[in-house]
Amino acid sequence: MIRVEGLTKSFGGNRVLRGVDLEVPKGSITIIIGRSGGGKSVLLKHLIGLLRPDSGRIFIDDVDITRLTGRTLEPVRSRYGVVFQSGALFDSLTCYDNVAFPLREKSRLSAKEIGVRVDAALEQVELTGVGPKYPAEISGGMRKRVAIARALVSEPEIVFFDEPTTGLDPILVNTIHRLIQTLHRKFHFTAVMVSHEIPEIFEIADRVAMLYEGRIVETGPPHAIQSSTNPVVQKFITGEPDEKPSF
Amino acid sequence: MTEGIAPALRPFEAIGRRTLEIVEALGRFGAFFGVAVALAFTPPFRLRAFVSRIHYIGFNSLLIILLTGTFTGMVLGLQIYFTLSRFGSEAYLGPAVALSIIRELGPVLSALMVTGRAGSALTAEIGIMRITEQIDALTVMALNPMRYLVVPSLLAGLVTFPMMTALFDTVGIFGGYLVGVQLLGLSEGTYFGEMKTFVDMSDIMTGFWKSLSFGVIVTWVATYKGFHVGHGAEGVARATTQSVVLASVLILVWDYFMGSVLP
Repeated sequence: MIRVEGLTKSFGGNRVLRGVDLEVPKGSITIIIGRSGGGKSVLLKHLIGLLRPDSGRIFIDDVDITRLTGRTLEPVRSRYGVVFQSGALFDSLTCYDNVAFPLREKSRLSAKEIGVRVDAALEQVELTGVGPKYPAEISGGMRKRVAIARALVSEPEIVFFDEPTTGLDPILVNTIHRLIQTLHRKFHFTAVMVSHEIPEIFEIADRVAMLYEGRIVETGPPHAIQSSTNPVVQKFITGEPDEKPSF
Repeated sequence: MTEGIAPALRPFEAIGRRTLEIVEALGRFGAFFGVAVALAFTPPFRLRAFVSRIHYIGFNSLLIILLTGTFTGMVLGLQIYFTLSRFGSEAYLGPAVALSIIRELGPVLSALMVTGRAGSALTAEIGIMRITEQIDALTVMALNPMRYLVVPSLLAGLVTFPMMTALFDTVGIFGGYLVGVQLLGLSEGTYFGEMKTFVDMSDIMTGFWKSLSFGVIVTWVATYKGFHVGHGAEGVARATTQSVVLASVLILVWDYFMGSVLP
């Protein structure tokens, strides 16, 4: 289980996180929603250990990772898989080598065993045959799926998705969501996803948490969020614009 | 920040703050190198990445080194010949060209050329990896990005810069030969014979130590600037420019220092 307590983070004078409290049950798909630029990705980067909070704690199965640095954080990170917003595929490597990369570097599997695992991972994301291609040679949707294959190939316990469907058309959004759901059912990982794909995320989420002005203002199963009486939540999920545009 | 400070003291406060920023940046720059050196001596060693960087920094710079080396030697041959001919000392063209190139121009110009070609590319490549989250991806895979990107580049700089310099020296001396002997009629025996008399091992070692240190400077600056890139394409562009300018300035400053210390 992941537990976040009183997390705060400022950049310069800008207070992005103002005391985030969140619980992510083991084996669930928890989706963090909120306005663009509202700190969702910053929160996710804290969970991954890429940013250190100004105050507050993050527990991964009772281990406070905010106290860990460098090598002491590596055992925790070894349990993670991360799908970045941009995919973050290594553009000097082929898709096959991208997926094989974590296994080659962190496991003691033979080249043959790695080959079997990579082929299986690419098949799961329905990309059999794209292995020899470079990330620049495939579409945005395919890149996201290769990134998912790379995140899952080492069979992590916790998978973080940072807006995995940004920039994709509605059909691809649903395809990626279904893929995540299918893989989750198969591998039973704990998933934490940052997204603002409303209402699509309600189809796949076990829990939804709404981040607003640096705090989690509502958490619960999708139906509870959809029927929430909190005006901030309602305004967000109905897409009601601000009276004064913020742009 | 400045609210509690008397207006008359505010310029000093600004100077102090800027000084602290510079000291902090220098500290980060030094710590970055310290970490890279420590990682270079601890396993696992990335042999494939090291060889790949030698290709990237060294092999890909061959053409520009050959071109600039040849023409530098030719220009030196021409200018020094006309200067020496005023004193009737054309016989010393060979050693004059060789000493200028081996001690000074070979290491400095080859380092500047490699900075322009490979240093800028290194900064841009690492910078793009930073802004596209590829470095973050390495980190969350529990892999140290410095071990993958910085250490192989630094080691490749140590290996390739002396080799590039040796190549520059050779073609530069040949360029001087083309002009002095083939074009202006100096005898071949005089050109090379006097060179043997006046150039000794300490001159070659001076060039070697310079090129070795330039290899460290260029890759250190290039990887540091790539790692600490700003936001977006503009950030990468700025880091690349800063990398080339800073490395070039450091090469010239360090060259003077080395020149005054080495025999």
